[in-house]
Amino acid sequence: MLNLGYCKGSMSTASSGGVSDQFPAGLRVLVVDDDPTCLVILEKMLRICLYEVTKCNRAEIALSLLRENRNGYDIVISDVHMPDMDGFKLLELIGLEMDLPVIMMSADDGKNVVMKGVTHGACDYLIKPIRIEALKNIWQHVVRKRKNEYLEQSGSVEEGGDRLQKQSEDADYSSSANEGSWKNSKRRKDEEEEVDERDDTSTLKKPRVVWSVELHQQFVAAVNQLGIDKAVPKKILELMNVPGLTRENVASHLQKYRLYLRRLSGVSQHQSGMGNSFISTQEATYGSLSSLNGLDLQTLAAASQIPAQSLATLQAAGLGRSTAKPRMPMPIVDQRNLFSFENPKLRFGEGQQQHLNNGKQINLLHGIPTTMEPKQLANMHHSAQSLGSMNMQLNAHGDPSGSLLMQMSQQQSRGQILNEATSSQVPRLPSSIGQPIVNNALASGVLARNGLAESGRGTGFNPVSQSSSTMNFPLNTTAELTATSFALGSAPGVPSLTSKGVFPEDINSEIKGPGGFIMPSYDIFSDLQHHRSHEWELQNAGMTFNGSQQSNSLQSNVDVASSVLAHQGFSSSQSNGQGRNISAVGKPMFSAGDATDHVNAQSLGQPLNNFFAENLVRVKTERVPDASLQTTLFNEQFGQEDLMSALLKQQQQQQAGIGPAENEFDFDGYSLDNIPV
Amino acid sequence: MEVGQMQRAWVEYTRSLFREGFLDAQFQQLQLLQDESNPDFVAEVVSLFFEDSERLLADLTFVLEQQNIDFKKVDAHVHQFKGSSSSIGAQRVKNDCIAFRNFCEEQNIEGCLRCLQQVKQDYYLVKSKLEALIRLEQQIVAAGGSIPMEELSS
Repeated sequence: MLNLGYCKGSMSTASSGGVSDQFPAGLRVLVVDDDPTCLVILEKMLRICLYEVTKCNRAEIALSLLRENRNGYDIVISDVHMPDMDGFKLLELIGLEMDLPVIMMSADDGKNVVMKGVTHGACDYLIKPIRIEALKNIWQHVVRKRKNEYLEQSGSVEEGGDRLQKQSEDADYSSSANEGSWKNSKRRKDEEEEVDERDDTSTLKKPRVVWSVELHQQFVAAVNQLGIDKAVPKKILELMNVPGLTRENVASHLQKYRLYLRRLSGVSQHQSGMGNSFISTQEATYGSLSSLNGLDLQTLAAASQIPAQSLATLQAAGLGRSTAKPRMPMPIVDQRNLFSFENPKLRFGEGQQQHLNNGKQINLLHGIPTTMEPKQLANMHHSAQSLGSMNMQLNAHGDPSGSLLMQMSQQQSRGQILNEATSSQVPRLPSSIGQPIVNNALASGVLARNGLAESGRGTGFNPVSQSSSTMNFPLNTTAELTATSFALGSAPGVPSLTSKGVFPEDINSEIKGPGGFIMPSYDIFSDLQHHRSHEWELQNAGMTFNGSQQSNSLQSNVDVASSVLAHQGFSSSQSNGQGRNISAVGKPMFSAGDATDHVNAQSLGQPLNNFFAENLVRVKTERVPDASLQTTLFNEQFGQEDLMSALLKQQQQQQAGIGPAENEFDFDGYSLDNIPV
Repeated sequence: MEVGQMQRAWVEYTRSLFREGFLDAQFQQLQLLQDESNPDFVAEVVSLFFEDSERLLADLTFVLEQQNIDFKKVDAHVHQFKGSSSSIGAQRVKNDCIAFRNFCEEQNIEGCLRCLQQVKQDYYLVKSKLEALIRLEQQIVAAGGSIPMEELSS
């Protein structure tokens, strides 16, 4: 039958797509629809119309096809509701990048949806079921667009304007007429001298100026140089200094760009995610978003189909970032640390607690709409960046999961970020931990899945997802891992212990430190941020956590957490140290004695204990995962949220010496002594 | 049965399907798309529709069986089903989907479950009828005859 799994190309050799005598026959149409039945029917209908049809069942594929061969298609028909990408998003992207006419279609004929099509720039909207008659006339949109382009290229504004008017009139005429009128309209065009020339000249064959990434970048650079308000086509053209480019080309592109910007800035909640590639190209020039952030996020979002909300959040964050800096007093952490994703969340500092409580937590709640303040978002962005780099680092270590993150973190400056990350290793659980962390975890999980930088945290973790028992966090990357402390990092190591319930006995035995002193580790971490000891701590934390034989629950929790995390693809690098431990389920994870191992549980344990001892006091209102979580954890199939909260709870509990679950949020500080060992 | 008889049977059967609302004009469109170069077009599309629908219905059933029903998902599936059934011309199924979506919007579990039953029922009905129709077509062609599409317009 029809091969629906991929795009089938049925293009003829005519790649130039120029107007031929048989026009509209040979019109190159790209059809995108996730419904296989419709796709097949449309293809058949279009073939009967003598068009060249390429069909696609995924927007991503369509985009890549278009990008590979910008001049290979004349028109795109796309469904509105598609699982991998919103049809309108695709519409915008195509309009911006390739400037092709796009027809939307849907079984949905609601006015709002149709209006959306209009505002997003669709040149037509067809209601399903589509009849062949509707398809017979789609060529008009191609003609219309080309005519307008000719006009643009024709010369002065005035002339263009007049001609434009005439052309549009002609175009209207031709569009309302039926297919046979093509020749008529062509003749009308002939009457227009310039148009006639255009028909014969190469412009006809190249009706569009292809706004390539480079060209667009130049454009954006010019616009930003002039200032968006002062950017007029003439000046932009001068600045760009691209031979062959006309003022009209610039003018029309500018119009689109303005629309795009307007939409972007007006949409902080509803992120259409348009022009991801667009954004990436203009990152440098993108006004409000810190280039990196915007870029990363956008790219990531695009790549990972980040939920609109997340994207919006990120964008907002990016926006906020440019203007605000997190002001959380983080004595222990560098200012920079604030930016690292992990930092905000996991900070347990006295003073910070407050702040954390107030706002920071969000960090991890990437995918979850939270009341994140811009700066926090900025932090996130930054973190994301860090994560990105971290991911890269992790990847370097051969962390499979890292690859996911890799995609995202292209721009990170590894070194710096790493440092920051490491310093921020201390998993800082925001005071309001329980939920936020969970969210974070979830978000991270989501992100991770989406390949978001955030989830980048879990780069180390990713592998877990792939195989529940792969806790192969390269130990070397502990630093990175720790850095990318997943907010959930609170359960560092826990997640890493993916193997459900498969905790080698050894691991448990490894645990040196006080059992379940996850929390303490956090505190300590915050203090230690500057040292690599953070890593240790984290590792230890993980280790202890994992290995904490303390209670079955703990282990189970970890197991559960791990499995959940693994399942969710939490690349919780949090398991920084843990990753190591977790590596290879079934393997003694924390071979404390395993000196070679990156994680020396034992050795770490000692210093860690010390740390804990020192820092326990500091823990005040830190949110500690509720130890009580232990019990709650593994009885059922947890949803991400459940698991994470459970984990968090558990940690808290441990810290609190297994206090009641409610402690999680009111945890008042605990001492190691309290922690049940 | 000789070809002529089969052809007449085919015409009658098809007309009844339209009359009873199982199929609508869109199905005719599909039939028009079929030609010598593509003699199995309708059969192919229909079988594709069946495959897709089975999957959709299974997904729908699954989602509606959950403790916490994700109505957005339900709506997405129903919308998809509406699109494909309308493209095939399975009118009753399409109408069932429209009603289904309304209940989704209201987040009316009872209503949704009832709609699911209804849409399944109508789907299986139209499925068996289409299968019978196509079988008949194949028999006609095998016997050397052609499908008298033009008879339908009379």
